[in-house]
This record gives sequence, structure tokens and C-alpha cells, in this order.
Amino acid sequence: MSQQTHRISGGLIDRSSTLEFTFNGKKMQGHPGDTLASALLANGQRLVGRGFKYHRPRGIFTAGSEEPNALVQLRSGAHQEPNTRATVTELFDGLTATSQNHRGSLEFDFMAVTDLLSPFLSAGFYYKTFMWPKAFWEKIYEPIIRSSAGLGSLSMQEDPDIYDKGFLHCDLLVIGSGPAGLAAALSAARSGAQVILADEDYHAGGRLNAETYDIDGISGSDWAAQTLAELSAMDNVRVMVRTTVYGAYDHGVFGALERCTDHLASSDGKPRQVLWRIYSKRSLLSAGATERPIAFGNNDRPGIMLAGAVRTYVNRYGVSPGKQVAIFTNNDDGWRTATDLAAKGVDISAVIDARDIEPPASVHGAAVYMGSSVVDTAGRKGLRAITLASGERLEADCLAVSGGWNPNVHLTCHQRGKPQWRNEINAFVPGSTLPAGMRVAGAANGALSLGAALRDGTDCATSIMADLGFKSKASKAPTASDEAHASSAYWHVPESRPRAWLDMQNDVTVKDIKQSFKEGFRSVEHLKRYTTLGMATDQGKTSNIPALAIMAECTGKTIPETGTTIFRPPYTPIPMGALAGRARGKDFRPYRLTPSHKWAENNGATFVETGNWLRAQWFARPGEKGWRDSVDREVEMTRASVGICDVTTLGKIDIQGKDAAEFLNHVYTNAFLKLPVGKVRYGLMLREDGIAYDDGTTARLGENHFVMTTTTANAVLVFRRLEFARQCLWPGLDVHLISTTDGWAQFAVAGPNSRNLLSKVIDAPFDLSNDAFPFMACSELTICGGTPARLFRISFSGEMAYEIAVPARFGNAMMGVLMEAGKEYDAVPYGTEALGVMRIEKGHAAGNELNGQTTALNLGLGGFVSKKKDCIGKTLSQRPELNRDDAIRLVGFKPVDHSQPLLAGSHFITKGDTANMANDQGWMTSVAYSPTFGHSIGLGFIKRGHERKGEIIRVVNPARNIEVEAEIVSPHFYDPEGGLQRG
Amino acid sequence: MRYSAFEILKQGLSGNKGWKPVWREPEPKAEYDVIIVGGGGHGLSTAYYLSKVYGMRNIAVLEKGWLGSGNIGRNTTIIRSNYMMPGNQPFYEFSLKLWEGLEQDFNYNAMVSQRSILNLFHSDPQRDAFVRRANAMILSGADAELADEAQLRRELPFLDFDNARFPIKGGLYQRRGGTVRHDAVAWGYARGADSHGVDIIQNCEVTGFDIENGVCTGVQSSKGRIRAKKVAVCVAGSSSRVMSLAGMRLPIESHVLQAFVTEGLKPTLPGVITFGAGHFYVSQSDKGGLVFGGDIDGYNTYAQRGNLPVVEDVAEGGMAIMPMIGRTRLLRSWGGVMDMSMDGSPFIDKTHIEGLYFNGGWCYGGFKATPASGYCYAHLLANDTPHPVATEMRLDRFKRGHIIDEKGQGNQPNLH
Amino acid sequence: MIINHPLLGPRDAAEFVYLGDAALIDRPDPEAENADEQFYEYGYLRDNPAGAHQELWYHEQGDRSWLVVTRDTLTHEITGVKLARDEAKKRGRNK
Repeated sequence: MSQQTHRISGGLIDRSSTLEFTFNGKKMQGHPGDTLASALLANGQRLVGRGFKYHRPRGIFTAGSEEPNALVQLRSGAHQEPNTRATVTELFDGLTATSQNHRGSLEFDFMAVTDLLSPFLSAGFYYKTFMWPKAFWEKIYEPIIRSSAGLGSLSMQEDPDIYDKGFLHCDLLVIGSGPAGLAAALSAARSGAQVILADEDYHAGGRLNAETYDIDGISGSDWAAQTLAELSAMDNVRVMVRTTVYGAYDHGVFGALERCTDHLASSDGKPRQVLWRIYSKRSLLSAGATERPIAFGNNDRPGIMLAGAVRTYVNRYGVSPGKQVAIFTNNDDGWRTATDLAAKGVDISAVIDARDIEPPASVHGAAVYMGSSVVDTAGRKGLRAITLASGERLEADCLAVSGGWNPNVHLTCHQRGKPQWRNEINAFVPGSTLPAGMRVAGAANGALSLGAALRDGTDCATSIMADLGFKSKASKAPTASDEAHASSAYWHVPESRPRAWLDMQNDVTVKDIKQSFKEGFRSVEHLKRYTTLGMATDQGKTSNIPALAIMAECTGKTIPETGTTIFRPPYTPIPMGALAGRARGKDFRPYRLTPSHKWAENNGATFVETGNWLRAQWFARPGEKGWRDSVDREVEMTRASVGICDVTTLGKIDIQGKDAAEFLNHVYTNAFLKLPVGKVRYGLMLREDGIAYDDGTTARLGENHFVMTTTTANAVLVFRRLEFARQCLWPGLDVHLISTTDGWAQFAVAGPNSRNLLSKVIDAPFDLSNDAFPFMACSELTICGGTPARLFRISFSGEMAYEIAVPARFGNAMMGVLMEAGKEYDAVPYGTEALGVMRIEKGHAAGNELNGQTTALNLGLGGFVSKKKDCIGKTLSQRPELNRDDAIRLVGFKPVDHSQPLLAGSHFITKGDTANMANDQGWMTSVAYSPTFGHSIGLGFIKRGHERKGEIIRVVNPARNIEVEAEIVSPHFYDPEGGLQRG
Repeated sequence: MRYSAFEILKQGLSGNKGWKPVWREPEPKAEYDVIIVGGGGHGLSTAYYLSKVYGMRNIAVLEKGWLGSGNIGRNTTIIRSNYMMPGNQPFYEFSLKLWEGLEQDFNYNAMVSQRSILNLFHSDPQRDAFVRRANAMILSGADAELADEAQLRRELPFLDFDNARFPIKGGLYQRRGGTVRHDAVAWGYARGADSHGVDIIQNCEVTGFDIENGVCTGVQSSKGRIRAKKVAVCVAGSSSRVMSLAGMRLPIESHVLQAFVTEGLKPTLPGVITFGAGHFYVSQSDKGGLVFGGDIDGYNTYAQRGNLPVVEDVAEGGMAIMPMIGRTRLLRSWGGVMDMSMDGSPFIDKTHIEGLYFNGGWCYGGFKATPASGYCYAHLLANDTPHPVATEMRLDRFKRGHIIDEKGQGNQPNLH
Repeated sequence: MIINHPLLGPRDAAEFVYLGDAALIDRPDPEAENADEQFYEYGYLRDNPAGAHQELWYHEQGDRSWLVVTRDTLTHEITGVKLARDEAKKRGRNK
């Protein structure tokens, strides 16, 4: 205890237990119930940090989340947490904190030299210099500015904590548990409504815990405790302390952050914080008010604090921030600090009131100066003395300053509501446009006396309950006094000559505001942006209004005419980790696994991310030296015998109804009306703007039953568009759609032995012969003795090939069955790489070609756009510039020197032309090493490609510093006549 | 007043009392040669180049709010020219070149910082698309550089290489890309234009156009009727609203893009980094805050605010690529209303109404375009022909089928 | 935002996918004489009002209904929600 030189009696702390903590390595002690700030003050530590720009010594200024100065680096290692406000950090045993933003020690900061240069560092100085020589900005000036700017630093290690998210629903969300909030929550809860009461503090009760008022005959903090006990015992109430409602979003949705383990030495595997989205029918903002300072010379020294904060430290924490306290106020509430401190036996040296009126109270032992002001202060690392306007100098190690109170209107403005000025309290109160369902009560609504706040809270709750249809039990507001709170519009001390700080954190002074005015930055937004006022971590909670008042003084306008800056979420800063929750690392997005994933895992597959899918990329065999070995083998074996590939990821859409064929006619470019049952047709889809969108095959399993496949990438999007077409464009058609992508496992079985393999698994008497089941046939059938399946004779590889589908739950087994049956043919599983190689050899377009920028004409699929019928995209595909003679066409490319690889993304330049964009002929979309041909092959778009076969073209790749020559060829490298797939 | 270190010294020694207003606060004259509607970045840069390069003097900029209150006041400050399409690349490269000489040109330090921009890629198809883009950039005379995973591990060790859902396979650097102090751009242009005699009239809302026989002869405003030989609309975010006063419908939807800044930190990130498998881009401001953003909210809106799902989505993207930012705190989020066009590319064009010109459709990419947009718009206003790098940014391009769609998303604005 | 689905009650907007102006229901007649002009306007021009906006939302993480939502683009207040299919039929799309 001996270290706690400033500890006094009383307060809501548990003196039976002592907590050890360190500040800058120095061991200190506090008690449960302390914040880091109150514990530092108890230990006599006034100097806690350095200013942003001038590196002036700074102390604790407030007792709440509005703190601009007392920012520390909390914890260490990967848990290091920069810019943490000591005033809201609950003390725990073993806490370590260090000060920020100094070079050398906190006491001797070399950067403090900038304070001497301050005449040259006035508002916006950096816009006017550092321009010469030009190269110096990035090489010299900016690095210096950057390393001086910023406050704390990150550990640069991954955040070791976990964060959760959740949803909550309620009839009434009460934001803030001060008197108005407690009264309202109690009234609403007794009516039976579902109530959430949230407070950023760990000790609910708001200012009741910091004041000495009575309610209904007991002390305010006892009343708060009693009310909370009643609320907590009710099933329909959720009291959430350590929970900041930080943002008001549309339709009654609020963002809230609950700090679950920040008050513990370690989170111990539990979520550190939870991000709640609260869905409320109604909300009541009872967030209280924030005291504002008065600006005067050298008002930023450690020991100079807001008067209400001084009172909080004395009453709630049993700490006196000074041994000899002076008070400077422009309002009655400031006197409350004097009387409270006097009651605790703290030595009050003087009360200075800017108003020339009768003193509103008498304070034992204090000199009273009415109509006076503080013009200067002394004490480099902590206040020693103050100088009054009269020149009189008074000893003081703490100066409590009160400039009046600003209602916390922030959340009322998150949906662009504008606060309005109320002259009686010299402050902005919530405006008439509030977020839907929101009411405001208590000090947040400008009801600055305790009695008024209690009545306001009760009344609001009563009317909200009536509005929601709850029978309100006649609820009488708790009673308390309506204490005096008269204030005056006195913002800064004009007689002060030294710099007077407004924004303590960003080092914005009264002079900066005046200069801003002089230079024409007069609108509030200009002022803020030019001087950086209110842009620090406290978002100007204590500084914006005084600065605004000074600008109004300069312009000769009123404060409301001058305007107010826009409050934006969050109310107080929210950790990035909490906003992201569990969606990080491998859990950033869910994995979709193919039905045969386990089989693939067990058989040497390397996997690749394809959208959210994880697909087998290749299956390495022992002895293979790299992926190319595996892929080449898979291609060769498939083309020589048979290969099997899980193609479940392709989108599958079940289309049924008597108008199903007509529906397909609308969405595909080619005709589907006459597709016979038992047949499959390739289909091309356009967007309505005429650009090619997706392709796939559609099988007619019955007169009124089709199964469409889409590309993997577009599975969800095509289904969405089809539903749009069905519900919005052709709602009269009798057709229904179901996505069955996940319902059916589907395997490509490709290669000359595919029929032999399949004949071993399908049930008799199904006839697989070419006559009975030719190319582009389809059928439902059973396999393996009764398992339902679908068989499609389609080929992406160019080989004789089938795709066989079974209900997804059989997928993994099916892969085993097919491989087992294929053993005698040396069947190989193949992955997406071999799939890609074979489709390039065959000249099929895929995602790199169907990239949303190309037309059917570009793709060489112009013939698939039926001339006889309309379809989505047809009209706009006929626009002239999409059909220019020199339009790009999809063709194939072979390197002239077969040993050279082609690279995707290369551009084409006609031989003899300079390589520049003006001469650009197109680009290479897809390439592969073809084991079939023994050299690299490519697909690409080139102007008039269809007329240029045989031309040798420059394939330039300046990004890789490579250029090769290639011959323009047909895109169909492999079996161009298609005999094999029909075989 | 010319700004310099000497001036700062001189003023500092005399108590900083001699600074002069950066711009005048004039009342509108009865008539101008050109009225620019909109005092955001593009409007101010148009006025600047019109007066400086094209020699016009009798110009007014009418701004409904405070100058610089357009999207120049609420963006994520990134400059780059990593475009691929022939209709875009030369324009953005021209813009980047203007950025490179801007501060000396208008004697204002806008903190143009070519810290580099890096687009990460996570799959082979994405790599192929970036190679195509890099080559298009180089062939257009811009700079581009491909980096592989090993290089990125060395340069940016804090990225999540080993536990990522979508592994980082490499990236496309444009070293000349970077960031600029956005407000200072507006102020620099305004100061320059004002010094050339341009009347910048704040708090002056245009409420209608005077159109007689298909010719625009001036505007009606909250400060009365003002005549003009040419009226140049430059109000991205509000384009549809303003052009509807002239009876025009546009290929534009208004959407909100949220942006975010964290508390200040000591130097953490070297340049601009974008995530290729989620919606997230980030840089660090000179003040130390991480400035970041992601996808637009996706619904039509004129409200300058967004909703929670996108806030969370963006934060998830951030934590997915750089999980060391978990313990820094989001300080402020805001929303800007974008002119989302039908192909993601902008318009600088005449309209069918003689004397009425239109500049808009910048999507979320207008900031980097500020110098070139103003320059090219000024060129069009002065000569009635498009500037050579802006020949394709025409209003009739969709009718002709000339689409400048970098992303290949088609005529759905919220996908660009 | 919360969309009051006509069949399912209030649902978070995050369950939906947004498309755009409900005028996209009014796909022009491809046989019309000036079909190219009509399709251009349909495909590219938007009223984009500041105020009440009828717009299409798709309940992708729900019942897959397309809805026509009337929402104010200045305040985000939603004043009406209908099934797009009903609205399309009402607008005369019976095929």
C-alpha cells in the first residue's frame, strides 16, 4: 500500500485484494475495481505518454472512453495491444503497460525537440513544403514523417486470440446503464418486454458510480446496484456490461462489442471478445454526456483533467489525482467536484469560475475567484502551478477543468441524422431525424440533472412499451434532486498567450483553428481535415465542440450555423480481429469437398482451391519427380486406356415441367425444343448484354425432365439467373428448378477402355454398345446391383467418354468401384491439371476464355446462336462493334520451336510490328504442355484469327521478359474430326 | 502566395499571422464561359487545367457543399494505372504521369507517395489474368512487375503464407502506384484554379438547367440563375440526380462503398496491398492509420453510409491475408456514393444537348483519375473533341456495343 | 437491413442477393420493330432515383424467391415487398 500515495478512502474497489502491475517496467499496485488509469494515479504516476506531434508530456485527462491522452501499449509479445486507453482498461494481476510515441524514455523524449520548432509546424505546414527536390519526398521527408507519426506499434505476429460473433434479438435495446438507462430498462422489463441493457463499462450504473447523489433515499450507486440486481434476476432481461454498442445500422440493427476476457490476465482459450449484431424492435440511447474542457495556455500538462473525471477518481476509485487541487469551471457542475473533493478531505486550493456571478456553493478552505480564468500553467512533466488572468500564481498539482457537458449523440447520427443546438445547455442534442425505432433519454437527450434523467428514462420506456403493445405497469420514476447545472458559453480563455490545446491527441491548438480560418478552411469539414482536429483515436469527443465554437467566433456565425462534423461508426474503436471473428486462416471461407475427397486423399492427390471447392489437381505416384510427370502420365494413360475424374463440382440443375424445353430455349442460344428424350446437347448461354456467359450440357431424361450442367465457377450464378428468368421474365411457364450439384456425385470415365470399364459396373440388361448408347446419349439406370445412377455419353477430353452420376453419398465408394473395375485396364485417376491439358488439346473453351468479355463470335461458337428463335442476350449480341470484321477469334497456337513453352497472358504482335498496345493483336488465354504432341500448345484470342491460320506470330511476354514465335492453328489440336469420342 | 520552406520559416517567425486565404469566396457573376457543376476533385481539376492549359479564364465551379466534398473527400487515396483495356490504360497512365508532377505543378504538397501497389493472386487462372494485364500495361508504356511467392515472403513476411485458405501464389506489382493525401488534391487544385481567376462558389446548389431548343444556356442555382456558354457536369455519385434535371437517363446506378481507417500505428505496411481471393485492399497513411476497404454494399443508395455485413466481410478479408492486424482497432468507417456504370468504366463526353457536357461513372476508381479526368474534360470543353487518351469514354458506347469491361461482369453495376 | 419476406417474414438482407431496378422484369419484345433500341435502354439505362426505388432481391440463402422490394434510397426505409413472380404477372408477363 505504501506506493499508493494518492489512495484515499471509499470507492467501489476491493481493498481486500491487491493486484500487481507494471508501467514501463516499474512495479505498482492497485485493487480489483481499478482501471489502469486509476491505479496509475493512485501510485502517483501522472506522466503517462507523449503528444503526437510535439511530444509534450501528457497525463490522464478523463475517466472514460473519451480519453485522448492516456494511451498505452498493453501486454507484450503477440498479445501486444497498441493505443489502449488506460482509462477503460480494467486492472488485472500481472498487467504490463508501456508508454508510446517517444524516443528515449518517457521522461526524456528526444523528439520533444519538435516542441521548440512548433512555430514552423503550424496547421497544414506539410502541405506547403517538402516539395523540393522532388525525389526527397519519398526518400527523406515522408519516411521521417511516417516514423514520427502513428502511436503504438503492432507486434507483427498473428493475433493469438480468438473472437466470436453472435446475434441477439430484443424488443428494446437500452444503450447505457446510467440513471436514464436503468430507469428505462426497469420500466420496460417490468412490462414483460425482452430487454437488453448494454454498457461499455464493467461496472453498470454510469455516473451514478462517480457521483454522490441519492435516489429514493439511498445513494445513487446503491440504487444502481439494487436495480441491476432486480434486472439481472429477470428472465426477459440481458444485462451486458463490458459491451459497447458501437454502431446503429439500418432497420434497428446495432453492432456491439462485448469484451469477455480483456480484464483477465489471459483469455485461456476462450473468445477474447464477441461481436454481437443486435436486432431490436426499439432502442433507447441513454449514453449520457461527455464533459468538455476549456482551452487555455499550456492546458495539456499531466495533472490537468476534466472536473467530472477528477470526481470519478475520488468517488469511484478512492484516488485523489492531486494533493492540492484547483478547479476551473464555467458552470455549476464544476463546483460539484469542489464540494465532493472537500467532503473527502482533499485540499482544494482554489475554485476559479469564468462567470462573474455569485458563487453557487461554498467550499471549505478554497479560495474562490469569480469572473476569472486560468491563463497559463507551469510544470514540465506534471502540473505545479497555475496562473490566473490577474497574474496571480497558485500552487496546484491537479487542475480540474469543466467547460460543460455534451450529450453523447453519436449513435443518433450514424444514419446521417444531424444534431441540433440547444442554447440552454450550450450543447448539441439529438436532432429530429433519428435511426428508425430509436428514442433518446437522459443526459444524452440534454436532460442534465439526475431527477430529469430518471423521469426521462421512465417516460421513454413507458411510451415505447405502449407503442409495442405491452401493458405497462404504472411505473413511477425514481426520484432524485434536480441539481443545478447552469452553464455558460465560455470556450477558451482569450487572454491566454501560450498555446492552448483543443485536440490533445493530434496536437491541435486554438491558434491552429484561427489559422485555418485565416487560410479559408472555414467549413467544419475543412477545419477538421486541414488541422486534423478530431481525427485521433478519441474522434474528438472532448475537442470538437470547443473547436467549433472558436471557429464560430472567427466567422461571426453561431455554432449551429457553423455546423458539426459527422459522427461515424464505431463509437469507440473496435479490434479488427473481432470484426472478422472466426473467418480467418483456413476458416476464412468454408471448404467444399468433392464426394471422392477421402479416396483422393488416400491415393496421393494434391489438391487445389477452385472457388470454395478443393479438387484433386493430380495424383502423384512414387518416383515421379514433379507435377508434370504425374500430369503427363494421367493424360497419356487416359488417352491410351482409361482415366477417371471427379467432376461433381460442375453445377447441376434439375429442370422439370411441361414447359421445361421452352424455358431452355429462352436461356440457351441454341434450340432445345426438339432434343429427343435420352439425348444430351451442348448449350451456350449469354448474358442479356450479349456476352458469352456459361456453357455446359443438358440432358433430356424425360419429356418434361432435363438435367443441365454448368461450369464449376458459375454453378450458383447460373442457377440464380435461371430463377430470375423463370420467376421474373417467363412466370407463366410451367417449369421448376432445383440445384442438384451437391446431390449427385459425377465422374468422367474417359478413354478407349471407358466402355469396357463401365460395362463391368452397370446392371444388366443395359446395353452400352455404340449403337444402343451412342455419343451424346443419356439414360437413368442402375449399377452395382441396384444403385440408381445416371449415365451421359459426353466427352470433355475428346476421348470416347462417359460421365456417370450416383447419389452423392455413394460418391466415395463409387470412385473405388470404378478404379477396381478399371484395374485390368490400368485405369488412372486424373486431376484438374490433366483435365485442363486434355480440354486444351481438344480446344474446348473454359473459364480463361469464357471470361465475361468475349462473345459467341469471339469463341468460334457463333453458329450456336440460333437464328430462328430469341434467347437471353441475342438482341444485344448483334450490336455492331461486337461484330466487327477484325473481332478477336479463338484459335490454337503451336511454338515454332517445339522446345519452347508458351505462356498464358502473353500478347500477340504481328511479325515486323513494334511490340506496343497499338499493335496488340490479342492474348494467349490457356496453355499446356501436351504430352500427346510432345510440345507446348496454347489457346488464345487474336484479331481475325479464323483467317490467319498458318501465320507465324510474335508471342510477347515482357512481364516475364520472354518472346517466342508461334504458328496460328486450329484450336482443335486433338482429333479434330471427333471420331474418337463417337467411337 | 508561393508556398515553400522559406515561407513557412518567415511566417513561423512572425507568429503565423501572415497566411492568406487559399481561395476567395466570390459571389457568382451573371455569366461565365464555362460553368463546372460540382466542386469535387474532378470539377476542381477540370477548372485548373481549363484555366492553366487551355487558357480559359471566365470559369465558375458551383459546389453544393464545401469544396472537396465529393468523393475526393472520402476515398482510400490509391493511385495506380494497372488497367488492361485499351480504352482505359492510356488514360490512367496519363493520370499517373500527371500525379508524378502534380505537386510542383500546383505548388501544393499533396503527398503523392509512389509506395507501390500489389495485387495478390491465389490461383493459376488469376495468375494468367494478371500476366495478361501486366503485359498490357508494359506494352502501353506503364510499369508492371510480377512477383512470385518467394519474393513476397521476403518482402512481406507478415502475410499469411502458411495457414491461408487461399494460398498466396504471387502478385502483380505496380511500383509507381501508391497513395496521395486526398483532401490536399482538392485544395491544391482549388488554390491553383482560384489563382487563375476561377470563381469557386461553395454552398451553391444547381437546381436546374436552362435548355432552349436543345441548347443549354446556363443553370438555375440556389444563388439564382447563372448563364453560361458551356455547362460541364461533374458530380459523380449524384450524376443521375443532376442529369435528370436535363431529362437524361444514364447507364449508371448509385451505390455506397464503405471505407475504413484504424488507429494510428508506427510504420506497418510498405505500400498498397490488395487481396485476390476476398474483398480487401489496404495501405497505411502518413498519419499511421491503416486505410482499407472492400466491396460495395451492393444495393442502390444515396445514403453515405453502409451496413454491417460488408464491414465484417472486409475485416475478414483483412484478417485472412494479414492476421497480425487483429489487435489494431477500426477507428472510423464511412461511406461514399459511387456512380457505378454499366461496364465499370467512366464517361467524359458531350451530351445530346448542345453546351451540356458530362463527366461521371467513375465507379470506385475516380480518385486516381482526378488529374486526367480534369485534363481530358478541359480538353473536351475547350476543343469539343475528346482528348486522345479519352476517346472511348463515350455515352453512346453501349448502343454501339463498345464495352470497356475490365472485370468481365457485364451490365450489372454492383458487380464492377 | 431487414426485408419482410411475404412468405417467410422478416429476414436479414444478408440472406439475399441484390440485382437492381425492378424494371429488369420488363424485358422488351424481341420482335418489336425497334427491339435493339428497347433492349439498349432495358439493358443499360436506369432511373436511379433518390427516393422510392422498386428493386429486385433474390432470397438465395432461403426459399429462392425473387422479390420486388420498394425501398427508399435516401433512408433505406422499406415500404413494400412482393413476390417478383406476382409482380411480373401483374405487369402482363404471362408466358
